[in-house]
Amino acid sequence: MSTPALFVIGATHHRAPLEVREKLALGSAGADEMRALLAAMPDLREFTLLSTCNRVEFYGVAADSAAEARVRAAFCARQKFDLDEFSRIGLALRGRDAVQHLVEVSAGLDSQMLGETEIFGQVKEAYAAAQTAGHTGPVLNRVFQKGFQAAKHVRTNTAITEGQVSVANVAVDLAVNIYGDLAATRILLLGAGEIGEKTAKAFQSRGAAALTVASRRFERAMELATALGASAMPFEQREARLAEFDVVVCATSAPDVVVTRAAARAAMHKRPVRPLFFIDQALPRDVDPDVADIDNIFLYNLDDLARIAEENRAAREAEIAKCRAIAAEKADALWRQVAPQVEALRLNGSAAPLPASATPAGVPAKEST
Amino acid sequence: MLSLFTDRTWLWAAAGLYFAGFAFGTVALLRQGRPSGSLTYLLVALGYVVQLAGLGIRGRAVGGCPLGNQFEIFQFTAWSAITLYLLVGVTFRNSLLGYFTSCLAAALTVVSLSIPAWDATTRTHIFGSNPWIELHAALAVFSYGVFGLLALTSIMFLLRNYSLKSKRTGGWFSFLPSIMDLDHMGVRLLGAGAAILAASLAVGAAYWVRDTASVNSPKLLLTVAVWLAAAIAFGLRVSGRLLAKRFAWTCLGLFVAALLSLGAVDNSRNARANRTLAAPAADRSPAR
Repeated sequence: MSTPALFVIGATHHRAPLEVREKLALGSAGADEMRALLAAMPDLREFTLLSTCNRVEFYGVAADSAAEARVRAAFCARQKFDLDEFSRIGLALRGRDAVQHLVEVSAGLDSQMLGETEIFGQVKEAYAAAQTAGHTGPVLNRVFQKGFQAAKHVRTNTAITEGQVSVANVAVDLAVNIYGDLAATRILLLGAGEIGEKTAKAFQSRGAAALTVASRRFERAMELATALGASAMPFEQREARLAEFDVVVCATSAPDVVVTRAAARAAMHKRPVRPLFFIDQALPRDVDPDVADIDNIFLYNLDDLARIAEENRAAREAEIAKCRAIAAEKADALWRQVAPQVEALRLNGSAAPLPASATPAGVPAKEST
Repeated sequence: MLSLFTDRTWLWAAAGLYFAGFAFGTVALLRQGRPSGSLTYLLVALGYVVQLAGLGIRGRAVGGCPLGNQFEIFQFTAWSAITLYLLVGVTFRNSLLGYFTSCLAAALTVVSLSIPAWDATTRTHIFGSNPWIELHAALAVFSYGVFGLLALTSIMFLLRNYSLKSKRTGGWFSFLPSIMDLDHMGVRLLGAGAAILAASLAVGAAYWVRDTASVNSPKLLLTVAVWLAAAIAFGLRVSGRLLAKRFAWTCLGLFVAALLSLGAVDNSRNARANRTLAAPAADRSPAR
């Protein structure tokens, strides 16, 4: 049985720790340089480079398996990384397994944060860049385009992307469950630390525009407000102005409660129709726990958010087997379509043209060069 | 063959489609943990068309709006609720609203079809030749359909509130609309229901003052009480004095009260029919 000439090599977060990935990371300029190196390899017919913070992967189509070794060597030489070490920690898949890997990566099954959707966009960007530069041909065009469809199928037919798995995003999801659209939601951030900032950014990324920061050190509140494009408020006004806000993110390091039950009740008297949502991420807690008993007020603390994130993560884990089965089935079908092309390339040095019915819509059946 | 397709055949078919929407929704929730979304919407929409055909045949046979007995009122209430769902429910197609609506419609139609006594074989032409009285009845029953949908959104509000308070937001709860969306829908539906019922009462009152004996006191008191309760609840909600859970429970109670008042409406109509039958033959309305 001959070695198929469709391959993927690289390194991912699974076996390459952060300090190694730092050494292997390709910036924008580095990626361009690497692409130029690969484009100059005469026996590498098609390729796509995927570089994210958790992985660097080369998808290629070559007439012989030696090209794969040359790509690996060129990359290690450019990164000044030990070739043997790269081979030890690296990823190397061929043929059908490479196709399945692409589907799984695109569907977020291979991501550090299982089921995340950002990777799908990153793979699409990598493919678009390769296609624009003329680095892809009939095999990779088909593999990537059909691979994207397969990844979408996995995501829409399983619960792999359901529920948020980070504490900040869980908090935002809860706010969506209360207010629906977050565009008109007014958010107060109490405390200017890292945790509060992350949560505030998560709210902004989901459309929340009206953000106010209050910190016991006003200059720090001003600083963070400027960085976030928000407004600042003196910390002492927090209870008196509580009624102005819908979501209150509490993340101070104050030793005592900073929002009392009486203050929350007074705020609800002033704005009875709209619910009030407290996200207490502080330790010790910032919000009096008795606030949760008030009608139309919802209070979640750090443990509540972490538990929901963990439940969501567990639910995604439970979907893995189903997702992999779908990915395998799709990869089998796709590989059956492109295998004759790849084999023809290996035997004759040029890919046979795909039948018209097999050419993805809008993609010219480009001959490899 | 065509004679087999009587009005009741069409209405049974519609009930079957509503029930299928509910059954598919239940299976999807149990097996996949999510509502069947578009499929439920499609089945409910199909059921709506089939029910419209059945009500149309019945309406042609009786020469007016089919609101002459308990059976027809239940059918028309279900149809009214579905009309509104098809209009406003598109936004919430993938939420549990479709599932709950199919459940309500299946319950109302199957129950009404299963009790033959509700669909009397001898039926008086209750509206005579007065289209205004017919409009009064149609508006009143349509407003009950609005209250039916309001009851569903209120149940969903209570479920969403429970899920957020008890911090159980996964599973089925994740398919509920946001608490603010449900609250807004509740206010709009209550306002619409109260307004439609007010219009119905206004039309009815114009004729009642000419012949106060045409409606008995229980019907009059109960229907006015339902409208008054709806109007007061709406006023309290708009002024911010009846909110959240209490508002949702009030809306649920309102729908139950509206359903219970149908008994009084039916009694009043029967009393009127008996009077009509006792009257000289020349004054009788044609029987079906």
